Parts: sequence; structure tokens; C-alpha cells
Amino acid sequence: MSYDRAITVFSPDGHLFQVEYAMEAVRRGSTAIGIRGKDCVILAVERRALAKLQDPRTIRKIVPVDSTTTLAFAGLTADARVLINKTRTEAQTYRLTCEDSPSVEYMSRFIARTQQKYTQRGGVRPFGIATLIAGFGLNDENEQVPVLYQTDPAGTYSSWRAQVIGGRNAKSLREFLEKNYNDDMGMKEATKLAVQALLEVVDSGAKNMEICVVKGAGEKHTMTEAEVAVVVKEIEAEIEEGKQQKTSTSS
Amino acid sequence: MDTVIGVQYEGGVILAADQSNARSILTYQSNLDKITKLSPSSALAVSGPNSDLVNFSEYISKNISLYQLSNDGLQLSTHAQANYCRGELATALRKGPYQVNCLLGGYDAPSGKGKGSLYWMDNYAALSKVNYGCQGYASNFCLSIMDRDWTEGLDQDQAVAIVDKCIRELEVRFVMSQPNFIVKVVDKDGVRTLKFGADPADN
Repeated sequence: MSYDRAITVFSPDGHLFQVEYAMEAVRRGSTAIGIRGKDCVILAVERRALAKLQDPRTIRKIVPVDSTTTLAFAGLTADARVLINKTRTEAQTYRLTCEDSPSVEYMSRFIARTQQKYTQRGGVRPFGIATLIAGFGLNDENEQVPVLYQTDPAGTYSSWRAQVIGGRNAKSLREFLEKNYNDDMGMKEATKLAVQALLEVVDSGAKNMEICVVKGAGEKHTMTEAEVAVVVKEIEAEIEEGKQQKTSTSS
Repeated sequence: MDTVIGVQYEGGVILAADQSNARSILTYQSNLDKITKLSPSSALAVSGPNSDLVNFSEYISKNISLYQLSNDGLQLSTHAQANYCRGELATALRKGPYQVNCLLGGYDAPSGKGKGSLYWMDNYAALSKVNYGCQGYASNFCLSIMDRDWTEGLDQDQAVAIVDKCIRELEVRFVMSQPNFIVKVVDKDGVRTLKFGADPADN
């Protein structure tokens, strides 16, 4: 059988079902949240409960693709591995030919272009992943500002101030972020918002979350479980306080 | 026509190279840095035509960065890097050879060997681990000096002294004038420049 026949073909009413099914695969993946603060980008992922015998350190959902760009994904892990390897090679190729580091936008465009290619080629299926790409870029005034991009299986990419990918509750989490996001958040505030949002989907707190703070100039910090637990405690205390106030005013 | 010298000592490697970029009767520049950092603890000193020198060292260093990025930050050992380099030279040999001769010096943290290692590689993709080495005409003058002065267990100052002695010998006896040399050290604190004749950053 010749493999020149495309798998992704249009339906009579203009849908690309393979792409839509790929997006469903993303929805089945674990949640990843990206939040752009005024001087940082927070990437927060849900670490689904693992088998007891599995070593959690070998499960990486937030990865560096270049010394100045970090990526989190949702969806099929194996597809992510392949796409991330292509992206890392592209970053080094860019550095070799242009003697400069690739911008976050360039990397996002590359990932999106690759994802789209696989929807329009014979014998291949789309990548079942969506990605969040975080880093720093130059704005119009030539200042370093944080940037966050998202790509999806269709191959679209765009810049976001905050975004959620993966997980069944992505829509409601996005609404939560829209309600609570403001443009001026510092590192602490943005981290708290990310943890708050993740707590809505994650089972039991700090040990099922991985939070990475991208600080700029290639600096990033993955929070330890203890550090995350501190933020979780703070949030839970605030919720308790809110509840107390409510019961006192109502009675 | 380039001179590249390397000396391994207890705790690292000293690499030195002349800084001239010349062809035929013309000197293009005299502040070229021919020693490229490959990883946080290794460097490659290359001699050969400028095109191959730059192409080869940049290609190798980017591929080593890619390896480290793709493998969760795992540093390749000096031995692995040298063999990778040699492999690339060998593959290119019967297609479009790189006319480069190199010395690769690196430091492996105690979990590996806890010392510096120096590898000598030529343009035919021969590889040899050495305690000291030279590439180019310099070897005619400098190998005998290093044969006599190198011992096991040198410290950094002694190693630099041997390199200085070699450079002085070349100044006296080598017909070509090489006014500027750049000397780098690779040790547990990484790759850094000890001294140079002309600042490579000058335009």
C-alpha cells in the first residue's frame, strides 16, 4: 500500500476530524497552566498519580528546549518527546547558522509549523499534544519582557497572558484565570494564582504539582515540594478565613 | 602554520594557540581566538584554515549543547566528547574532509576521573589521549621541551610555565612570527582565559 494518501482529510462539512480527535487526546492529558506575570512566566503542571513502583523523577512535563526557552505540554507523552527533540535540534541549528539565540516566538512558530505539517502529509497523523512555551523576548521599546505562547494539534500558535491546556476542566479553569488575572502580577502573586488554579483539578496538593518559574535571562527555578506546600497552605488558610467570615456574617 | 599547544596537569588542562589568521602573504587578523568552549568543562583548540576551523568547532560545540539539553543536563565526559569529535572527522574524511588538527582538553569531576584529560586529533581522524601535545610545526620545537619537563602531578603554574617555555622557544627558533598567543585553562571551575596577546573581542 502506498503511503502517499493523507490520513487527515476534510469531512463534507469542513472538519478535519483527525485534528479534532488529536485535540481530544490533549484533553485526556494532564493539565498544564501558563501564567505571564510582569517579570516572570509560571508554568504549572498536574503530576498525575503514578504507579507505586515508578520513579517520578523520570517523568518530565516541563522541559528546556533551549537555554532561554522552556516548554510544558499536555497530551501524548511519546508524541511530545519526538516534537521536543525536533525543537531542540532546531534551536541549536538556529544558533549555529545565526550565532544568536532563537526567540520564543521563533520556537513557537517552528513547533506550530511542524504540527501543521503533520496534518497535511501522506501517511502520518497529527501530534496529539498542545504546548505552552515560556521565555523572555524584546518588546517595542527593546526591553526584556516575559512571553507565553501556546500551540495546538492543528498547528495554530498565539501569545497568551494566561492559558490552560489539557485536562477535562480546561474551560472552567480558563474562566477562573480570566476572572482572577491582572496584568501587574509579581512572581509571588502569579505563582499563587497558578497553584490556586491547579488546586481546582489536582487531587491532593503539593506532591501532585510541578511548578516552574521562568525568570528571564535563561534563569528558571523549579519549585521544590516544600516550597509549593507553603503556597498551598497559604491558599488553604485564605479559603478557611473566607469561610469563617461568611459563617460569622450570615449567623 | 598555526600553533596549538596543550599540557595536562593535576586538576585540569592548559590549552594555548597562536592568534594569527593569515593566508599566503596576508595577515587578516592577529587576535583570533582558536580555542572554543565545548561544554562547561571542556574546550577545543583547533588549527587549520579559518573556514574549517570555525565551521568545525561551532558544529561540534552546538551538537554537544544539543546532547546536554536533550539528556536532562547530563554532561558528556571528555572521553566521549573526543570520540564524538573524531567520529565527525572520520565521517567527513571521505566526503569533504575538515582540514583541522585539534587538541581537546577537558576536566571530569571526581565521579568520573577527577582530573584533566587531553586528546590529540588530526585531520585524518586519528585520536590519541596524551599528557601533552602540539599541532603544527610547533611540534618540531616544543615536543622535546615537554618530553623533558612534563611529569605526573604538575600544578597549574608549572603547566603554564611549560607552555610559556614552548612559546618562547618558538619566538626564537620558528621562522614565522607569531606575536600573540592566547592561553586558556580548563579545570573544575570551567573554561577561562588566562592571558592573551591581543584581545579577541577587539574589532
